[in-house]
Amino acid sequence: MDLQLVTPATITQSTPAKLLLAGAWTTRGLDAIGPQIAALGRAPGSAMVVDSARIEALDTAGAWVLQKLLQRLRGEGEAGGDVQLLDLRPEFARLLEVVGQATVLPAAPAARRSTSKLEDLGRSTVAVLEQALALLGFVGEVALALAGCVAHPARCRWRPLLYNLRSAGFDALPIVGLLSFLLGIVIAYQGAGQLRQYGANIFVADLVGLSMLREFAPLITAIIIAGRSGSAYAAQIGTMSVTEEIDALRTLGIAPLELLVLPKIFALAVALPLLTVFSDVLGVFGGMLMARAQLGVSFGEFIDRFVKAVSVTSYLVGICKAPVFAMIIAVIGCFQGFRTRGGADSVGRQTTRSVVQSTFLVILADALFSVAFSALDL
Amino acid sequence: MQSATPPAEVVIELRKVSTRFGDHVVHTEVDLQVRRAEVFALIGGSGSGKSTLLREMILLQRPNAGTIRVLGVDLQDIADDQALALRRRWGVMFQHGGLFGSLTVKENVGLPLREHTRLDDSLIDEIADWKLAITGLKPEVGAQYPAELSGGMMKRASLARALALDPELLFLDEPTAGLDPASAGGVDELVRKLRDTFGLTIVMITHDLDLLWQVADRVAVLGAGKVQGIGSMSELSQIDHPAISMFFAGPRGRAAQAQAGQQTAPAAGRKS
Repeated sequence: MDLQLVTPATITQSTPAKLLLAGAWTTRGLDAIGPQIAALGRAPGSAMVVDSARIEALDTAGAWVLQKLLQRLRGEGEAGGDVQLLDLRPEFARLLEVVGQATVLPAAPAARRSTSKLEDLGRSTVAVLEQALALLGFVGEVALALAGCVAHPARCRWRPLLYNLRSAGFDALPIVGLLSFLLGIVIAYQGAGQLRQYGANIFVADLVGLSMLREFAPLITAIIIAGRSGSAYAAQIGTMSVTEEIDALRTLGIAPLELLVLPKIFALAVALPLLTVFSDVLGVFGGMLMARAQLGVSFGEFIDRFVKAVSVTSYLVGICKAPVFAMIIAVIGCFQGFRTRGGADSVGRQTTRSVVQSTFLVILADALFSVAFSALDL
Repeated sequence: MQSATPPAEVVIELRKVSTRFGDHVVHTEVDLQVRRAEVFALIGGSGSGKSTLLREMILLQRPNAGTIRVLGVDLQDIADDQALALRRRWGVMFQHGGLFGSLTVKENVGLPLREHTRLDDSLIDEIADWKLAITGLKPEVGAQYPAELSGGMMKRASLARALALDPELLFLDEPTAGLDPASAGGVDELVRKLRDTFGLTIVMITHDLDLLWQVADRVAVLGAGKVQGIGSMSELSQIDHPAISMFFAGPRGRAAQAQAGQQTAPAAGRKS
């Protein structure tokens, strides 16, 4: 049954009126038969004999090819003589008969329309607008559910909320901490060379403190959480909608938004600011280590300067972005999850989208915050 | 392909197969033989290890002890190339279809051919169309994606894919579960036709009493980790054992039996 043991199927035209078929007419022996069949010709008007005594094996694929060959030869004969198939083994003949019966001709292949560039552009624009509208609708639904939850606090689901708080918050501490620490080191290290030139070593505290607390800590935390929890939300809800679990919830009278979305939003809105604080601490600590190693600024001096340089406002400006980022991440993750249709590959696609879109929107929101804060002189 | 052929060749042979999941014992020394060109059904209550046994036959799982030989090849310590050669000789239809969601139905059916043969794409498409036709699907279905199909169509498409490489052996996991009676009847007919025209050996797991009475040549009843009885449905109906009689007692069991009795017995009625 090895590939090597199969004799390839062959056709030889010994005389114009005689074809010799040989070899294994099976899926594994048929690779080279196409050109041979195409090369065959038939003199019109004469009878033709197809000798199949040397066919060693025949399966449905082979029978299909043989059937097509015979049909073609018969068609080419025009008014001419008959085409006879000789010496086919009885078991093969039966198979050929089965194939012959079923020769329903494939329906016209679905016409694949070619689309113009303009049409493609239009379609993708409409798709983007439609998605934006759907997102707006989803935000509205979430807001309604939220209002319902506020009006009837008994309907709040604490267990999933606490679970999400742990999985999105507590479990993310190591990775958020490590990356913030490294980020703090990098900022201090990059700044060290410049500051040393001017003898302004002590200002490393300003550099690290302001950049970490105002910008980098909230941003890096939000991006990590978008990749870590936002994708998980999309994948979880997406898989649930593929396996009809979402429909099952609805029929059981449980609002999927209340069970699946609100706890995630609440949990993230609490967890992300806390994670940002944690990121602040470790980022500044990283900068502090680097300041001592590279610039000879001791911990005491660093902290002295830090307290003077970084106002409480700077700290709060950073923290107050976090709940907004949390909303974006949780809403986009859940929204893309609910848009999953079909099967496994759709889950993958929506998960990717959730990460890309929430990262994009987080950075966009951060830019808007910068504009707003500078207008407010904060 | 007559049932009266001299000593039938054994296609699948299980000897003293035992399976455990941790402390949970699924099979203890199961012995079983499936002969060529017969329709063999595995039945048993939930959790009796039917699916596990099927998975062991198709190399998805290994038993803890015992030997399984399929088409003359011992599955224990099978080499990779041997396993590949063996896998080309059988087709499996999964309970939920197992169709690939990112491919159209026709691409799903053509996939084994594209993967394992060097045929032309156009020929593969034609063969896929035809296999779909054999299983009773309309040609338009080929262009659809599995997510757009109904349960019955999904099973048929899955069967078409299992048949793509002209297997000698066909495994069906619950071929009629979740189908309406008309579609289920169609599957009965289809299974019989496949066996008769292509001489296929068919192993199936089913709870469908009609399928058991009308199509299955031999049935093995699994219970308490062992084969409790084996034989045609009419032979099994004579055995008095709780694991077996549950398939014959009850209104459904009796109705299916009565209906089968009106027609000829399944083993003899095949060639009519």
